[in-house]
Amino acid sequence: MSLAPALNPFTVVLIPFIGALAIALAARSPRLRDAFCWLAPIPFFIGVLGQIGPVLEGRFAPQTLVEILPGLGITFSVQPLGLTFAILASTLWVLATPYAIGYMRGEGYGNLARFFACYAIALGAAAGIAFADNLLTLYIFYEILSVSTYPLVAHTGTDKARQGGRTYIALLLVTSVCFMLPAIIWTWHAAGTLDLRPGGILGDAVGPGTGAVLLLLFMFGTGKAALMPFHRWLPAAMVAPTPVSALLHAVAVVKAGVFVALTVALYVFGLDYLAELATRDFVLYVATFTMLAASLVALHRDNLKSRLAYSTVSQLSYIVVGAMLASQWSAIGGGMHMLMHGFGKITLFFCAGAIFLATHKSNVSDLDGVGRRMPFTMLAFFIGALCVIGLPPTGGVWSKMHLIMGALDTGESLVVVAFVLSTLLNIGYLLPPVMRAFLRPLPEGEPSGMQEAPMLCVVPLCLTAIGTLVLFFLAGHAYGLLSLGIN
Amino acid sequence: MTVVELSPFSMLVPLIASAVCALLPGRLWPWLLTFAAAAASAVIAAITLAAAMDGPLSYAFGNWEPPIGIEYRIDAANAFVALLVSAVAAVILPWAKTSVDQEVPERQGPFYALFLLAFAGLMGITLTGDAFNVFVFLEISSLATYALIAHGQDRRALLAAFRYLIMGTVGATFLLIGIGFLYMMTGTLNMVDLAQRLPELRDTATVEVALAFIVVGMGLKLALLPLHLWLPNAYTYAPSFISVFLAATATKVALYVLLRFTFTVFAPDYSFVALPLAVVLMALAIAGMVVGSWVAIYQANIKRMLAYSSVAQVGYMVLGVSLVSVTGLTAALLHMFNHALMKAALFMALGTIAYQVGSVRIEAFRGLGKRMPWTLTAFALAGVSLIGLPPTAGFISKWYLISAAVESGHAWLVALIVITSMMALIYIWRVLEAAWFRQPAEDAPAVTEAPLRLLIPVWVLVAANFYFGIDTRLNVGAATAAAEALMGGIPGGAP
Repeated sequence: MSLAPALNPFTVVLIPFIGALAIALAARSPRLRDAFCWLAPIPFFIGVLGQIGPVLEGRFAPQTLVEILPGLGITFSVQPLGLTFAILASTLWVLATPYAIGYMRGEGYGNLARFFACYAIALGAAAGIAFADNLLTLYIFYEILSVSTYPLVAHTGTDKARQGGRTYIALLLVTSVCFMLPAIIWTWHAAGTLDLRPGGILGDAVGPGTGAVLLLLFMFGTGKAALMPFHRWLPAAMVAPTPVSALLHAVAVVKAGVFVALTVALYVFGLDYLAELATRDFVLYVATFTMLAASLVALHRDNLKSRLAYSTVSQLSYIVVGAMLASQWSAIGGGMHMLMHGFGKITLFFCAGAIFLATHKSNVSDLDGVGRRMPFTMLAFFIGALCVIGLPPTGGVWSKMHLIMGALDTGESLVVVAFVLSTLLNIGYLLPPVMRAFLRPLPEGEPSGMQEAPMLCVVPLCLTAIGTLVLFFLAGHAYGLLSLGIN
Repeated sequence: MTVVELSPFSMLVPLIASAVCALLPGRLWPWLLTFAAAAASAVIAAITLAAAMDGPLSYAFGNWEPPIGIEYRIDAANAFVALLVSAVAAVILPWAKTSVDQEVPERQGPFYALFLLAFAGLMGITLTGDAFNVFVFLEISSLATYALIAHGQDRRALLAAFRYLIMGTVGATFLLIGIGFLYMMTGTLNMVDLAQRLPELRDTATVEVALAFIVVGMGLKLALLPLHLWLPNAYTYAPSFISVFLAATATKVALYVLLRFTFTVFAPDYSFVALPLAVVLMALAIAGMVVGSWVAIYQANIKRMLAYSSVAQVGYMVLGVSLVSVTGLTAALLHMFNHALMKAALFMALGTIAYQVGSVRIEAFRGLGKRMPWTLTAFALAGVSLIGLPPTAGFISKWYLISAAVESGHAWLVALIVITSMMALIYIWRVLEAAWFRQPAEDAPAVTEAPLRLLIPVWVLVAANFYFGIDTRLNVGAATAAAEALMGGIPGGAP
C-alpha cells in the first residue's frame, strides 16, 4: 500500500490548517478561494493514505512537536483506530467539498471564505484528534474542533441560528471543560503519563473507586459522543447549512466523540480494567437507553434533518456500547461502525440537502412522489438508509454484526435485544421517506419531470452511496486494520 | 559591571527618567524617553532573572552593608515578577502612544513622569530586600497611580481615584503598622534578618498582630474580595493605557509582597499555622472567583466587566497560594504571569475599541465584528486564553491550578475552578455575540478598523498568549523556580 508518501503525522494534520489560511487570505477573490477549497482536501487525503503502509508494517514512532509541560508534549503517532478515523474523514472531505460548494452557491449563502476556512480547520482538528499520541494533544484538538465549528453552525446569523449555536457550543464546552479536562489532569496526576498505549495506563495506577469516577467523567465529558443527557447540541446543530450537518455532524465532530470514547476505553483504561469498573454497567445502560430513546424520538420527527440528527445520536451510542462491552469483538465493531455509519449518514444528509436545494422541502411528510423527480438522490438515500440500518449489500451489516457478536460474547443479552429493537426502529424511521418518495404520487399541481439538484451535489451523494456498497466488500481490510490495534 | 551591580538599574532607570520626563515638552519626547526607560528596564530584568535562577543576588545600596543599609535581594521569585512588570510596560508603551494622545492630549510630560514613577515604585517593591523599603516604594507607586487614574476623561475618574486613595492609604498604613510591630520586636528591617529572628518570637501576640496587619493591608492592594471595592471604578475610569498597566501589574506586585511576607519573612509553617491563613485565603479566594465572575456577567460596561474578571482571577492566584504547596504556588505565580498576558491583551483590545468607537459599553459592540475584525478577533483569542482553553497560556494556568487542587486532596475545588471558567466563557461570549451576530444600532457612527500602530502591539500580546501556551519553558520554568525559592523559606536558601 505504498501508493502515497509517508509524511510525518504532524505534517498531515497541518495540511488542512494551511488550506484554511489560504482560503481565508483569498477571501476577496472567489475564484482563487474556490480553487483552494478544491485543492486542500487532496494532499490531505494522500497524506492520510501514506500512513497506511507504516501502520500495517507496525512501524510506530511518536513525533513530539513541543513539550508543553515537563514530560508531556504535543505528540503525534498513527495508530490503527486513529488511522481508520482519519481515512474516513479525509475521504469524505474530498467528496463533501464539491457538494458544499454546489450547495452554498445554490442557496446563495454569504461569507463563504469564513465558512470554508472553518470547514478546513475542523478537518485539521479531526486529524489532530485521530493522530494524537496522548490525551493532552487529543484534548487540544478536541477543543479546536468545538470552537472552529461554532461559526459554521451559526453561519446564517439569524436568531434561530444563534440560539442553536449557543446550545451547541455551551454543551460541548461545558462537558469537555467540566468533566473531561479534570479527568485528564486527574489521570496525569495518578498515572504520571497521558500516553495512549494498548492495555491502558490507569490499570495499575488507581483504585477501582477512582477508576469508576474517572470513567464517568471521561464518558460524559466527551460531549461529542452525544450520550444522553448531553445530546441536545446535535439536534441544535441542524440549523447549520446542510454540508456542515453532513460532513461535521455526521462524520468529523461526532466521530471524533466516539473515537475519543473508544480510545479512552482501549488505551486509557484498557479493556480488562474497564470490565472490572463499577460504573461501566451504568454507562453501558445509559448508552443502550440513548440508543433506543433517540430512535424513538427520530420516529416522531417530521423534519428530515432533525430525524437524521436523532438517528445519529442513536447510532453513536452503538459505538459507545461497543466500547463499554469491553470485548474485542465489540471494540472492533465500534471502530467499523464509525466507518460504515460515516459513509451511510453522510449520504443521507447529502440527500436531505439535495432535496431541499431542488424542491425546498424539508419535511418527511412532504416527500410524496419526490422519487420521480429526483430518482438518483432517492436511490442514494435508500442505499444510505440500508447502510445505517445494517442490511446487505452495504458495509453497515458487518459493523452491526460485530457489535452484536460482542454483546453475545459478553453475555449481555439485554444489549443484544436492544440492538435488535433499535434496528427495527431504524427501519421504521429511515424507510418511510423512501417509500413515500417512490410509491406515493406527487401532490396535485407539481411538475413531474426530472428535477435533480446541481451536478456538484448529486455526484458526491451517488459516490458516497456507492462507497457504502464498496465497503461491504472491503470490510475485511477494515477488520484487519482495526484488529492490529485492538488485539 | 556585574549582574549584581546592574540589577538595581531596572528600578533606577525609570526613577531617574521620571524626573527628566516631567520637564520634557511636547508629545513625542516624553513618550520616547518612557519607552526607552521601560525597554532598558526590561532588558536588565531579563538579565537579572537569568542570573537569579542560579542563586540569589544581593546588592547593598551605597555600599552600606546589610542589615544596616538597604539590601536588594533578588531570587527567582522577585526577578520573575520584576521581569513581568517591566516587560509588560515595554510591550504596552508602543500601543500607548496613540491612545494617550487621544485621552490625555495635554501636559504629557508630567503624565509619563507619573507613569514612570508608578513603574519604578512597582519595580522597587519587587526587588528590595528591606521591609520598610517595600512600604516606601508602595507609597511612591500608589501616589503616582492615584494621580494617573485621575487623568481619565470621565469626571467620575476623580471620584474613583479618590476612593482608591482612601482604600490604598488604609492598606499601606496597615502594612506600615505591621512592619512597625516587626521592627519593634526584632530591631531589624532586613527581610533575611527578620526571617532569622522571628522564629524565637513566634508565640508573641505582637508578631501575630503584625502578620494580620500585613495580610489585610496587602489584601486591600490585591483587591481580594471583600477588599476589592476600589478596583472596578479605578480600572473603568482610568485612561485606557493606565487600565492596561494596572490590570497587568499592580495586583501582581501586591500578591508578590503577600507571598514574600507570608513565605519568607514569616516561614510558611508559622504564617499558615499561627493564623488560620490557609482557610481564610481559600474562602476569600473562592468568594472572589465566584462573585467576581458572577458580577462580571451582568456588566454593561465592558471595561468594568474585565475589572470584575480581574477580581475573579486574583481569586485563582490566591487559591493557589492557599494550598501551601510547591504546585499551588507554581500555579499562583504562573497565573500571575499568564493573567498579565491575557488581561493586557484584553484591555488593549478594549482600549483600541475605545479609541475607534469612543465607547466600551456593550451596545457599542454591536456589529463591530465586521467593522473592526482584527481588533475583535484579538479580543476573542485573548478571551479564549482567559477562559482557559488550549493551546493558550490560560490553559496552562488552569492545568496547574487543577493539578494543585487534585494533589492537595481538595478535589471539590476542581469543580469550582471549572464552573468559574464557564462563567468566564459566558461573559466573554456576550461580547463576541454582540460583535458578530447583532446588527449595529441605526444611529451608530461609522467605524473603521484601527490603525496598525494600535493593532500590532495587541497582536503581539495575543501571540504571546499562544506562544506561552505552547512553549512553556520560560513561564513554567521561572514560576517553578520562584515557587521553590519561596517555599525554601529564606530567599533562595542560605546567602
